[in-house]
Amino acid sequence: MLGKLDWSAIPFGQPIPLVAGAVVLVAILGVLIWVVVKGHLPYLWHEWITSVDHKRIGVMYVLLASVMLLRGGSDAIMMRIQQAIAYQSQGYLPPEHYNQIFSAHGTIMIFFVAMPFVIGLMNLVVPLQLGVRDVAFPTLNSVGFWLTATGALLVNVSLVVGEFARTGWLAFPPLSELSYSPGVGVDYYAWSLQISGVGTLVAGINLVTTVLKLRTRGMNYLRMPMFCWTTLASNLLIVAAFPILTATLAMLLLDRYLGFHFFTNEAGGNVMMFMNLIWAWGHPEVYILVLPAFGIYSEVVSTFSGKPLFGYRSMVLATMAICVISFMVWLHHFFTMGAGPDVNAIFGIASMIIAVPTGVKIYNWLFTMYGGRIRFATPMLWSVGFMVTFIIGGLTGVLVAVPPADFVLHNSMFLVAHFHNVIIGGVLFGAFAGFEYWFPKAFGFRLDERWGKAGFWFTFTGFWITFMPLYVVGMLGMTRRMQHYDVAAWRPWMLVAAIGMAVLTIGVVCQVMQLVVSIRNRAALRDRTGDPWDGRSLEWATSSPPPVFNFAFHPDVRGEDAYWAMKQHAKEQQLAHHAEPEYEDIEMPRNSPTGFVCAFFATITGFALIWHIWWMVILGVLGAFATFVVFAWRDHDEYVIPAAEVARIDRVNIEERRSLVSMAGAI
Amino acid sequence: MAMTATYGHARTDPHHIGRVAEHAGPAPKRIVTAYGFWVFLLSDIVMFSCFFAAYAVLVSQTADGPKGSEIFEQRNVAIETVCLLLSSFTCGMASIAADVRNRFWFYLGMAVTCVLGLAFLSIEFREFADLVSRGYGPSRSAFLTAFFSLVGCHGLHVSAGVLWLLTMMAQVFAKGFRADILRRMMCFALFWHALDIIWVAVFSVVYLLGGAP
Ligand code: HEM
Ligand SMILES: [Cu+2]
Repeated sequence: MLGKLDWSAIPFGQPIPLVAGAVVLVAILGVLIWVVVKGHLPYLWHEWITSVDHKRIGVMYVLLASVMLLRGGSDAIMMRIQQAIAYQSQGYLPPEHYNQIFSAHGTIMIFFVAMPFVIGLMNLVVPLQLGVRDVAFPTLNSVGFWLTATGALLVNVSLVVGEFARTGWLAFPPLSELSYSPGVGVDYYAWSLQISGVGTLVAGINLVTTVLKLRTRGMNYLRMPMFCWTTLASNLLIVAAFPILTATLAMLLLDRYLGFHFFTNEAGGNVMMFMNLIWAWGHPEVYILVLPAFGIYSEVVSTFSGKPLFGYRSMVLATMAICVISFMVWLHHFFTMGAGPDVNAIFGIASMIIAVPTGVKIYNWLFTMYGGRIRFATPMLWSVGFMVTFIIGGLTGVLVAVPPADFVLHNSMFLVAHFHNVIIGGVLFGAFAGFEYWFPKAFGFRLDERWGKAGFWFTFTGFWITFMPLYVVGMLGMTRRMQHYDVAAWRPWMLVAAIGMAVLTIGVVCQVMQLVVSIRNRAALRDRTGDPWDGRSLEWATSSPPPVFNFAFHPDVRGEDAYWAMKQHAKEQQLAHHAEPEYEDIEMPRNSPTGFVCAFFATITGFALIWHIWWMVILGVLGAFATFVVFAWRDHDEYVIPAAEVARIDRVNIEERRSLVSMAGAI
Repeated sequence: MAMTATYGHARTDPHHIGRVAEHAGPAPKRIVTAYGFWVFLLSDIVMFSCFFAAYAVLVSQTADGPKGSEIFEQRNVAIETVCLLLSSFTCGMASIAADVRNRFWFYLGMAVTCVLGLAFLSIEFREFADLVSRGYGPSRSAFLTAFFSLVGCHGLHVSAGVLWLLTMMAQVFAKGFRADILRRMMCFALFWHALDIIWVAVFSVVYLLGGAP
């Protein structure tokens, strides 16, 4: 009846996950009860859960990422404490529990923090920057988000029901095969990634189509803001790479569930095939994450330097070059596994070539700043902090791309330091920069600068204190994923790293405080003009938060930095009175619970598959199919906003903007 | 955006890019839908490529089990291929009928497509059942694993396609040739033709190359 599920799945003997799970459960229940009692449920349902507005969905993605960042962060704290005290002792975590923690940490951070964060920002911003009303497929967009949430939910369920994988964030076979991992941990891993992977693919298709087919009038390719370019590149990579992940995990699941022999040691299975497939996805994945961050830096640096982006065309070229080359280097992840010197050399050189376009980007940002009027607001701090940090990460990356060096550093703490260097200093800093930069656009008020700057400085310093020691212990021979160790020379460095983690945590607390304080002071921080940073691209041309339809008219673009040019022009004209334009009715997509209902059935199906509860699997799949048919059967999927309503909303915005421009003109 | 619409003259165009042909604005829905679906199909083809790659890697790993040449029946495969190619033709007829809004030919084209699809599926199913009953199931060897997965994955797609096809017929029956139904029909046709193309690859790689002694 319940497959493999019984009472032994609940870890009564292990206090940590049980207490953590209980706390989370109580918190969730508390929030739910509060929502219901206060009568917020209808609001949540109509305005958020069933919303197909790209801005709302973007915000929900970022919210999911932030919550999961706290979860992944507590895993990180636990690991750092363990390694700080586990010198010649067992530490406080049993080994198999430690293994689950690092696997969950890596999986969560990549799939449920970094991915939703960048996808959320792209969703929020790209249609605005392109001057359009929505993404190409709004309802599908909501489905994509909710499937991602399903994956995150399943990973968290594993905390209290059953266990998570102990195989690292990529579940290498044969360790992840049934004979070596008979529990449900790997199944949790694989199904949550399978389900959220579909969500990611949907988001990718949506954004590629949006950028290529929906740009506003005059938005030629070489006038798109840089962030749109990196979004395009990143989503092209999603479309090309995520199916590889899907196929690879499907093969692993077939091995585990039906006794197939893709990656087993018996009957001719081939483990190296897994390595090649997973990294053919895995390496592009890191560029899927970092390219949007590069786009954010480009926007931020040019806005806060008051200059157009230096070398715009070379930036476009560099982006697309990275997009292509990132598919040709996957083998650098297993130089040590016997491909031979020639193959290693070729892939080593290919890997180093990526440093060239990346270097081009760094120089372009520096030259954009050169001679500019720089304002060090919080987003700019994250960007400059990134440039400093990422250079170190990039250099160590080139180092491990040298096959002989990699033979020494492979699977060492040096490697851990390297990828955190690029992933935190590159992706996470970018995500934070984008968060600070676009927050006023999304919510209509700015974030508190003092807490924001404190957050930056603590995170930045904490990052260096935490991860630089890992380079050192890596050189001293410490390998990754150690539950405990006996080498005296490593010990001081692990203590320093633990202290760094504490500093980092203060940074996170500051950012939470920033949010709390800003929400409290939102009246004082209100941004009425829609353009708090004196921005250059079209998202600043509409009010904050934008109306559902984003723009009353599709803007007409005549050059790069479209909104900047419009502002200049308006100043010149001294705002001579223009006749009010003819407003027209606007058609917008209707809300739809499809995404939420699909995710509901996906959760049931995923859970049932993990525990081999076959009747429930059938129920879940039928439910999902029924949802699709019902959705397909709708007759009215759009509603009309009448011209009078559009005019009413738009006039307010125009008045605010007039006062802004005339004020600027007076200076 | 009133100002946006009327004031948008760019004076600052440092790279003089403004002289290229002006982009005309968002594409019509039909184009957007078809384009998005194309992108999806490409990603689906990437997924198939992984199974093709796995087949190529594992084709000789028979673990003392049968080789491809010992178990493939070229005659069945030929019939399957004919079914599928013909169904692509009838699906094309149904698309044309939908475009000119002719219900009779639409239903007929779709029905024949459905029958051909089901015939294909039943032959494939018989082949699989026969292999399994002889002890040559997918867990017998890595080669058979790869074979069953690749061909089975295509078969699953065809099954999904048949379900979709029936839904399309029902939709046209209930709602007529509305613009959104026609867009869906276009996606379905793209899907069905893509399956055909993938089958040609399956046929060549699995049964012709893999079946060579
Ligand atoms: C906030 C501070 C963070 C700390 C202190 C931290 C710490 C750690 C530690 C100790 C490990 C295990 C290394 C080992 O022994 O193998 C690890 C692994 C990992 N971390 Fe983090 N981490 C942090 C943030 C992040 C972020 C933001 C990401 C991604 C966006 C990330 C991605 C990963 C990945 C992919 C692994 C590999 C997991 C594995 O070994 O399978 N980490 N981290
Ligand atoms: Cu790589």
